Amino acid sequence: MQAAEKAPATAVKADPVLLRVKNAYKHFPISGFGGLAVRAVDGVDLEIRRGETLGLVGESGCGKSTLARLITALLPVTAGKVVFDGQDITTLKGRRLRRIRRKMQMIFQDPFASLDPRMTVGDILQEPLDNFSIGSVRDRRRRVQELLRLVGLNPNFTNRYPHEFSGGQRQRIGIARALAVNPSFIVCDEAVSALDVSIQAQIINLLQDLQNEFQLTYLFIAHDLAVVRHLSDRIAVMYLGKVVETAGRNDIYERPQHPYTKALLSSIPVPDPAVERERAPIALKGEIPSPVNPPSGCRFHPRCPIARAPGVCSEQEPPLEPHGARDQVAACHFAGQF
Amino acid sequence: MGQILLQVDDLHTQFFTSRGVVRAVDGVSLHIDAGETLGIVGESGCGKTITALSILRLVPDPGRITAGKIMFRGRDVTKFDDDEIRDFRGNDVAMIFQDPMTSLNPVTKVGFQIEEAMTAHNRFSASLARTRVVELLKRVRVPAAESRVKDYPHQFSGGMRQRAMIAMGLANEPSLLIADEPTTALDVTVQAQIIQLMKQLNRELGTAMMLITHNMALVASLCQRVVVMYAGRIVEEGPVEQIFKSPQHPYTWSLLRSVPRVDEARKDRLVSIHGLPPDLTNPPPGCKFHPRCPFVIDRCKIDEPGLSEVAANQVARCWVLMRNVKDEDVAAAKASALSLDAAKKLKAEAPPEVGTVAGG
Ligand SMILES: Nc1ncnc2c1ncn2[C@@H]1O[C@H](COP(=O)(O)OP(=O)(O)OP(=O)(O)O)[C@@H](O)[C@H]1O
Ligand SMILES: Nc1ncnc2c1ncn2[C@@H]1O[C@H](COP(=O)(O)OP(=O)(O)O)[C@@H](O)[C@H]1O
Ligand code: SF4
Ligand code: SF4
Ligand SMILES: [Mg+2]
Ligand SMILES: [Mg+2]
Repeated sequence: MQAAEKAPATAVKADPVLLRVKNAYKHFPISGFGGLAVRAVDGVDLEIRRGETLGLVGESGCGKSTLARLITALLPVTAGKVVFDGQDITTLKGRRLRRIRRKMQMIFQDPFASLDPRMTVGDILQEPLDNFSIGSVRDRRRRVQELLRLVGLNPNFTNRYPHEFSGGQRQRIGIARALAVNPSFIVCDEAVSALDVSIQAQIINLLQDLQNEFQLTYLFIAHDLAVVRHLSDRIAVMYLGKVVETAGRNDIYERPQHPYTKALLSSIPVPDPAVERERAPIALKGEIPSPVNPPSGCRFHPRCPIARAPGVCSEQEPPLEPHGARDQVAACHFAGQF
Repeated sequence: MGQILLQVDDLHTQFFTSRGVVRAVDGVSLHIDAGETLGIVGESGCGKTITALSILRLVPDPGRITAGKIMFRGRDVTKFDDDEIRDFRGNDVAMIFQDPMTSLNPVTKVGFQIEEAMTAHNRFSASLARTRVVELLKRVRVPAAESRVKDYPHQFSGGMRQRAMIAMGLANEPSLLIADEPTTALDVTVQAQIIQLMKQLNRELGTAMMLITHNMALVASLCQRVVVMYAGRIVEEGPVEQIFKSPQHPYTWSLLRSVPRVDEARKDRLVSIHGLPPDLTNPPPGCKFHPRCPFVIDRCKIDEPGLSEVAANQVARCWVLMRNVKDEDVAAAKASALSLDAAKKLKAEAPPEVGTVAGG
C-alpha cells in the first residue's frame, strides 16, 4: 500500500507549486443586514512552492488568518479553488479531506489558548497520532517522546500540563503537535508574535532547522515584517482582503512596486539609531476602510499617495500582474511609479 | 546635558505575596534630564512597568516601595502627602499605557475626559479648558478634531484612542511623559504615526519622555539614552548610539542580536537566550543573568558584579564584557534547540505518507 500511494506523489513532485489559491473568496454574512457581508478574503490568487517559506503580511483585519483557514480547509470557501498537491481541496469531503488535512498543520499565536489545559502534554501530542491511527500504541508513546526531544524539551515531561510550561515551551509543544503526523505543509499564524524577543529567536531558529531537516513548506503569517523577511523566501502583502503584491524577500524591500507595500515597509523602525535618524515613514491618510463595503476600483485609492483621481484608480480594479523584478507581481495601475 | 528633572536613587519595590517576596525593582538608580528621551528595555517581567508605577507611586497591592528616593526637581516623591502626589501626577508627570481603553472612561465623551483632566488640577479655567481640548486633539493629529470631541472612546480607532490618551497626558503640559509599551497593540503604520507624534512633541514642547518597551527598534527611533533592565536591576546604561554599536553586557548584546532587521538581507542566525528570566522571589546568586549567559565564568556564579564604567557615559554590570568574548562562544549562542538525533529517529520511523484512517 505504501508503495502504491507513493508513486503518484513522486509524479506530482515535478510541479514546483505545492499549493495554489485561485480567485478565492470568503464572505461572512452579517445577520440581519440582508445581503451585507464582511468580505474577509475577496478574490485572492497565491502560489506556495514546495520547500519554500511564503511570508504573508498586512495590517490587522486584512484577511490573513481567514485566508490561512481557507488554505487548510478549516473554513469552506465562498467561491474559488484551493489546489493542494494537485487536488482541489474545496470539494473534498470525509476520508479524502482528512487525508489531505494530515499533510497540513497549523501553529497558532497563543500557544496557551490552542492547547487544552486539561490534557497532559503526552495526550496532546498523542491525540493526532490516535486520530490518524498511526502506529501501535507503543509506537505512538515512543514517537511522543521523540517529538518532545526534537523541539528541545525533556521527554519525561509527558505527564505535565500546559500551564506548567513557559510561553516559549508551550509554543514548542504546539510545534511538536503540528509535526506529530508528519505533515509537508505548516501554516504559522502569528506563531512567534506573543513571545519575548529572546524566546522568539529560539522558535525562529527551530522553525528554520525543522524546515531543513524535514523539507517542510511554510506559510508564515506575522505582522512583524522584519521577522517575516528573515524567515521567508517570498513575501505576499495583503490589503483589505486582497493580495496586492508578491515578490522575493529582498526584491520586495529593495524595490516594492505597490505604494501600499512601500508605505508599510517605510513605517517599520530598525534597531539602528543612525538609520533611524534618516528614515522617513510614508504617512497614509485616513484609516483602513471597512471590509463590508470596500472602495471602488483599486481599494487602496482613498489612501494612496500616488492615486490619480478622478480616474482609473477609483474606477478600475488593477489586476495582479508582473512588475519590477523577476517573480514579482503587483496590483497597481501605476506600479513602481513613485 | 541639561538639568536633572528626575533622579531615582537605589529604588526597591517589592510584592509581599504568599509565594514570598517578589523583588520587582531591586536597587534601580536612574535619572532623566529635562527634555530628554530615555528608553527602558528588557524582557517581560524584568521590572520596567513597576519602576514606572513606583515613580508615580501607583504600585498595586501587595506591592510597596521598600527603599530608595525618587527626587523630582529636588523634592522626594516618596515623601509627598496625598495633595502633593495628586498635583505631581496631574501636572508634572503623565503616563500612557499599552491599552488606552484601561485609562479612558468608555461612557464619557473623549473631549470631556480631556477637559476634566485639566479642570481637576485647576491649571486652566473651565472655558479655557474647553477651547484647549480641540487644540490638543489637533496637536495629536486626530482628524476632524472639532467634531470628534463629542465621540465616545469606542468610536475611535485603536490609534486614535492612543492619540487621545497622549492628548490627555499633555493636557496640563507635564514636563515628563512616561509611555509604557504605547504602540505594542497597534499596527505598524499606526505605530509609526504615534512615534512620529511623540518625537514632535518632544521637539516642540520639550517634554521629557521615558519610553518603556521590549522593542529595540523603537528605542533606536525615539531615545537618546537607554537603560537595560534584567531581573529588577539595571545591567547596562548609556547613549543609544553607543549601546547599539558596542553593547558590553551579554544580555544587551543578546537582545540586540535576537531581532532581525527589516532593512537587511538575512545574514545570520539569530541569537537566542536559553532558559527563562529568574523567579524574582528567589533570584540566583552571583550575576542574575548567569544561568542564561553564554559567556559565564566561575566567578559569575558567586559574585555579583557592580555597575561600572565601560566607556565614556556607558556603564555595565558584568565581569567579562562583550569585548573580551571569543568568536566561537558567540557562534554557540546561535544554536537552536532542535535535536538532530531525535529528527533522525523520527524520519527513520516516519509514519506512512497516508495512514489507515479510521472512519471519515
Ligand atoms: N467568523 C467571522 N465572522 C465575521 N467576520 C469575520 C469572521 N472571521 C473574520 N472576520 C472578519 O474578516 C476580516 C479579516 O479577518 P482576519 O482574522 O482574517 O484578519 P487578519 O488579517 O488575520 O488580522 P490580524 O492581523 O488582526 O490577525 C476582519 O474584518 C474580521 O473581523
Ligand atoms: N501585582 C503584583 N503582584 C505580585 N507580583 C507582581 C505584581 N505586579 C508585578 N509583579 C512582579 O514584578 C516583576 C516586575 O513586573 P513588571 O514591572 O510588570 O515587568 P515588565 O514591565 O518589565 O514586564 C515581575 O516579576 C512581576 O511578576
Ligand atoms: S492603482 Fe492607483 S490607487 Fe491603487 S495603488 Fe496603484 S496608484 Fe494607488
Ligand atoms: S557577569 Fe558573567 S554571567 Fe553575568 S553577564 Fe557577565 S559574563 Fe555573563
Ligand atoms: Mg489573524
Ligand atoms: Mg510591563
